[in-house]
Amino acid sequence: MTSDTTGAPPRAMLPTWSDVGHLAQRQGILIAFILFIIAFSFTSERFASWDNASTVFRQVSIIGTMALGVTVVVIGGNLDLSVGSMLSFATVLVVDLHDKIGPAPAMAITLVATLAIGAVNGILVGFLRLNSLIVTLGMLSAIQGVTLIYSGGQNVDITDQEATWFAFFGRDFLLGVAVPTWIFLGLAVVFQIVLTRTAYGRRVFAVGGNPMAATFSGIRRSYVVFSTYLVSAFTTFCAALILGSRVMGSQNNVGQGYELMVLAGVILGGTSLLGGSGSMVKTVIGVLILGFIQNGLLLMGYQYYAQWLVTWVVIILAVWLDVASKRGRLFTTTT
Amino acid sequence: MTKTLQSLTHLSRLTVVPPIWLFTLACALFFTVTTDNFAEIGNLTNILQQTSTIGLIALGMTVVMINGNIDLSVGAVVALAASLAVGLQSDIGTLPAVAVGLGSGIALGFLNGMIVWKTGVDAFIVTLGAMIGVRGLVFVYTQEQSFFAMDFAYSDFGMSQTLGLPTLAWVFLGFTVVMHWVMTSTVHGRNAYAVGGNREAALNAGIRVGRHMVVNFMIVGFFAALAGITLSTQMGASTPNLGREYELWTITAVVLGGTKLTGGAGSILGTLGGVLAIGILRNGMNLMQVPAFYVLVILGAILIAVLFIDRQVNRAGSEEVEA
Repeated sequence: MTSDTTGAPPRAMLPTWSDVGHLAQRQGILIAFILFIIAFSFTSERFASWDNASTVFRQVSIIGTMALGVTVVVIGGNLDLSVGSMLSFATVLVVDLHDKIGPAPAMAITLVATLAIGAVNGILVGFLRLNSLIVTLGMLSAIQGVTLIYSGGQNVDITDQEATWFAFFGRDFLLGVAVPTWIFLGLAVVFQIVLTRTAYGRRVFAVGGNPMAATFSGIRRSYVVFSTYLVSAFTTFCAALILGSRVMGSQNNVGQGYELMVLAGVILGGTSLLGGSGSMVKTVIGVLILGFIQNGLLLMGYQYYAQWLVTWVVIILAVWLDVASKRGRLFTTTT
Repeated sequence: MTKTLQSLTHLSRLTVVPPIWLFTLACALFFTVTTDNFAEIGNLTNILQQTSTIGLIALGMTVVMINGNIDLSVGAVVALAASLAVGLQSDIGTLPAVAVGLGSGIALGFLNGMIVWKTGVDAFIVTLGAMIGVRGLVFVYTQEQSFFAMDFAYSDFGMSQTLGLPTLAWVFLGFTVVMHWVMTSTVHGRNAYAVGGNREAALNAGIRVGRHMVVNFMIVGFFAALAGITLSTQMGASTPNLGREYELWTITAVVLGGTKLTGGAGSILGTLGGVLAIGILRNGMNLMQVPAFYVLVILGAILIAVLFIDRQVNRAGSEEVEA
């Protein structure tokens, strides 16, 4: 007995192989990310510079900001495929109204309109309990139509690009860091705190993990699901501010295809599509991996499209490792 | 409201026809009355030709979705097969190029299926990855170029008529009959419903679920590639952006047709109804000169409405706890 206790402390000090395996399981995506950065650093001198890193952060800020809201929806057990169309809508609206009624009212109206669209999603999925994939697929098409009807098919832009303070969101820097990066990371921190430290966060996890149990423990599931769609509408609005301000104009289909890239970032981070698990930190890392793949491959001289091939492999490998570690074996035994 | 809807389902259970056909026929009737040209033979065959692209993909997607899986990579496969079939024809001849195009779709379906089977990763994620990657492959292969068919027989085929119908309409209807037969009268079809309905039970009953799913992914890959090729024969060209968002339109058609996302239920006849419903709506609203922008809104609203009605009609008692 005594000899056991004396022998214990040194053993606990040193990590054993099973500890390493455990860590790899829990933080697999983080470790992969670090290995990835190191590998790219060797192949390109410019890659590991502060300038380059801050460029990547700026580039991923739009997809990243949207991914934060979509992560909340996914943790709640649903999907949101309408964010791409919603981004087009919000960007077109804010840019178009900017010259007509001024930046601040334009932003206010766009915020309300975008939240209203999120509320429609939320009512259909939360209160009417319709399948979120199909609902948001239908909304993808409908919002696209609404955007085109609003703009009459014309592209919109801001005439006096130098004078407006609207440029702040997409073009300015604060303390040496780009404003889009501040928005992306700031929202990530706030959301992470809300998800892990508040009753609301716990409810979202509960509803996504086991809707029935959540209902029986007195959580008003419909309201929680409804609210997650407001959150994703809000983050899409923030992304539209960055995009509209950076480009100072907008095409009608500017957000086309964003929904699936956003989802790729969320999945890559390790948030399960089944709901009930996930975190903002994971999503930030997932989105950064997408960004650094693109950046690293371009610096190494590959074509722009090569990143899509690598993304394909990385997404499947990342989720496979996650699934395999839970299963305890690499391949399924299904015949 | 709900009661009338429920009696509607009883009605539809008596007949073998999937309920979407009521909607499809209602649309057809509506446009026959409201427009002058809708019911002309020329327009109706036109609709068949227009819908054949999404229709062919939807045939394969139905099987995969009855299986409880999904394939988001079909749009990218459309572009890949079209680019290969058009791009290679001056080098190796038209028919071999078409064969390579079809082969690429089957091969990618095999790859998707094997990954889903062996790794156990959800088909949604696997094919989402493939959707991004295959599109990359298309751009790498084409170098962002559009290809034009040098063989005029190739582009003539897409515009040709056989026995009074566009040839492509025959292709679509022919494969619809084949797939209907496969799903209703073969072991493979029965297994598809069994696997989608209850995977564990299917495994215990001795169905080789993994292999079965791989075959289905190859089927949808084949149909996506075929749709890409028929589309490029219509245009006499291929572009690297071909087929964008086709996965979304296809899923819309299949879901309208009554196939459940959770698997185990659905039919080729229903999918045909769903495909035609979209085709008729687009065509009819076009004839009524509804601006194309409104059509997007209406189609989205109809998809959600059908989902809602379907839920109201099929809700089995109070299995869900209301909160």
